[in-house]
Amino acid sequence: MTTPTLSVRNLRVEIPTRRGVLTAIDDLSFDIAPGEVLGMVGESGAGKSITGSAIIGLLEPPGRVAGGEIRLAGERIDNVSPDQMRRIRGRRIGMIFQDPLTSLNPLYRIGDQLVETILTHERLSQKAARTKAVKLLEEVGIPAAEARFSAYPHQFSGGMRQRVVIALALCADPELVIADEPTTALDVSVQAQIIALLKRLCADRGASVMLITHDMGVIAETADRVCVLYAGRLAEIGPVRAVVKHPQHPYTQGLMAAIPSLVGDPDATLAQIPGSMPRLGAIPAGCAFNPRCNFAFEACSAARPEVYDAGTSDASCFLHASEVAPSAPAETLRAADQAGIVLPVSAKETIA
Amino acid sequence: MSVAAMPKDVSRPDSGNNKTLVEINGLRRVFDLSKPWLNRLIEGGGKVTLTAVDGVDFAIREGETYALVGESGSGKSTIAKMTVGLLRPSAGSVTIGGTDVWGSKDAEGMRAMRRQIQMIFQDPFASLNPRWRVRAIIEEPIKAFDLISDAKDRGERVGELLSLVGLDPRDGQKFPHEFSGGQRQRIAIARALASNPRFIVCDEPTSALDVSVQAQVLNLLRDLQERLGLTYLFISHNLAVVRHVATRVGVLYLGRLVEEAPARELFASPQHPYTKMLLEAVPDIEMGGSERQSIAGEIPNPVNPPPGCHFHPRCPQAMDHCSRDIPPVYHVGAANVRCHLFGDAKRSAR
Ligand SMILES: Nc1ncnc2c1ncn2[C@@H]1O[C@H](COP(=O)(O)OP(=O)(O)OP(=O)(O)O)[C@@H](O)[C@H]1O
Ligand SMILES: Nc1ncnc2c1ncn2[C@@H]1O[C@H](COP(=O)(O)OP(=O)(O)OP(=O)(O)O)[C@@H](O)[C@H]1O
Ligand code: SF4
Ligand SMILES: [Mg+2]
Ligand SMILES: [Mg+2]
Repeated sequence: MTTPTLSVRNLRVEIPTRRGVLTAIDDLSFDIAPGEVLGMVGESGAGKSITGSAIIGLLEPPGRVAGGEIRLAGERIDNVSPDQMRRIRGRRIGMIFQDPLTSLNPLYRIGDQLVETILTHERLSQKAARTKAVKLLEEVGIPAAEARFSAYPHQFSGGMRQRVVIALALCADPELVIADEPTTALDVSVQAQIIALLKRLCADRGASVMLITHDMGVIAETADRVCVLYAGRLAEIGPVRAVVKHPQHPYTQGLMAAIPSLVGDPDATLAQIPGSMPRLGAIPAGCAFNPRCNFAFEACSAARPEVYDAGTSDASCFLHASEVAPSAPAETLRAADQAGIVLPVSAKETIA
Repeated sequence: MSVAAMPKDVSRPDSGNNKTLVEINGLRRVFDLSKPWLNRLIEGGGKVTLTAVDGVDFAIREGETYALVGESGSGKSTIAKMTVGLLRPSAGSVTIGGTDVWGSKDAEGMRAMRRQIQMIFQDPFASLNPRWRVRAIIEEPIKAFDLISDAKDRGERVGELLSLVGLDPRDGQKFPHEFSGGQRQRIAIARALASNPRFIVCDEPTSALDVSVQAQVLNLLRDLQERLGLTYLFISHNLAVVRHVATRVGVLYLGRLVEEAPARELFASPQHPYTKMLLEAVPDIEMGGSERQSIAGEIPNPVNPPPGCHFHPRCPQAMDHCSRDIPPVYHVGAANVRCHLFGDAKRSAR
């Protein structure tokens, strides 16, 4: 097996507050293979951005990585010095955020920012760096790149700025690109262009991508695999088609059914999940989703499920645990079976 | 610059014989962006204006949901504010239940009409006063319109309203920060319902909410419409959401309605090139993996919109005169479409 570009193992992120330590990310593990696009989805507060920040070593204090390992192409990067981390950022991990203005300095010309970034990562002459920068701008689809080299960020539209940010993120040919809601602030008609651009350029360079978004539609079109987060924990991870078409975690099922679609019966009532995502200080005991779950049974509030093999994907739900699932009431198992949850053999026997 | 009026469609196939409740005619709003005149005198620079809404006409029937869709800056919120009486139009009129919102001199009629209109905003966090208990928030319109004078009866009514939106009557004692985003939007809906309105303008009511919570709020709005016979003007940039709530849809581009049609028709057979493009651009989980046509360009600067059809620089089917003449409105099946492709010019150009 090839070494994953990114490997996250048992990641735990804590935020100490006056009222105690909050656990923002709890025992999260996932890999991203070379050239793969992994989508990170989850509703607001699920911990998507914190995961991204933890990987690039930019957690906002007092947040801290309190456990686990993060490896980039096999090497630990969670315990390196801030200086080493600074060199890894930008050169080996490119970053794209929701608001292009967080990555661009409003006081510097677009071209100068690119040239400067190129020069910090590569030993090039000023002239060669400039040539490379113009080429990059052309590649990300800035018309008349040469002429707009000396423009300031405010002279560009939102979509154009995000193109420049993509150029900045890719200028050192990083192995991994972390994009946190790169299109959320953009208009619908521009979103599609930016996503297509990001996907194409990363594929050309063989870069892996961690695409953070709350928009399942974007993930369905872009990602190879998807990781669904809930309350700082992994709910489900697997190939995108499988997770979208045959979700195996009750939360993923609810999420998919709640999304209004352009196909299907427009008059059908949207499926809704009761309640909302818990706040960090108030995550329920056991499975974090249990108070909102239609299938919850005794075990769900007593213990925390691990991540189990759920056939086409992996899911953190007791319905997929072969020792625990048979303890659920028969009608719960039948309902889950009906809903498309692939039960372990042990549980199938109890309802057969 | 003036624009031909969008004709009213009298024979809507799917909304029955309901009466028209809201009529918007030639609505227009221009914002003055220029520096104060003294600065202009000293520093130079002329008058700068932005036409946010440019001659918009539409009508909403009793009990239906009229959705306005468009990208950021297309003028949706500006139309909403002019409709409920929060922002004065530069031209045109808004008539609700026969009363002219901006022109009526009949104070009594105005007051009665105002009670019938309510608005729900995008941000359930900003729209509720954090220092007021939920009870006081919901009571406010009841007091403002003198609907129930007895305090005890008012309390009961608040309890009823909370139950109506799926909250507990005892929640009235709490403060907004004790609720999640979806619950706060329910509180905002309860407040909007407090004055027994007939017409509610919802400006992106679920855009700040998670999808699982958005579904709760959309279902609630639909349920209330059925039970109370409400009429909605529903504003959204999300076409999939609009498809689930709208009876009729208007598509805005840079302040002009470019297409207007019954929801079913609009989604089944969009006519205007911009509508087609918008539908094409929506990433949809059901269509995952399929390569979509990428769309060229971005929304132009609204201060200086392209002449003729505002959409012509991005339009794959633009013809010579599209950059010169503002297209009139054509009836195409059940749709009203503002596009030269449907004019005689097209036929003669072929
Ligand atoms: N400094 C902090 N103090 C306390 N809680 C915090 C802090 N920073 C983040 N959190 C909490 O951590 C959780 C995860 O936040 P994160 O920003 O990762 O969410 P997200 O999944 O990116 O959501 P969104 O879609 O809204 O961006 C949230 O509940 C958030 O409120
Ligand atoms: N008070 C104002 N002064 C100047 N310009 C304004 C004002 N209000 C709105 N505009 C401009 O009018 C245009 C339409 O704005 P509006 O808020 O109606 O758009 P919208 O369709 O609601 O967009 P969004 O989806 O971003 O909410 C925009 O170009 C906006 O910048
Ligand atoms: S009028 Fe012309 S430019 Fe405008 S949408 Fe129709 S074809 Fe395209
Ligand atoms: Mg985030
Ligand atoms: Mg708006």
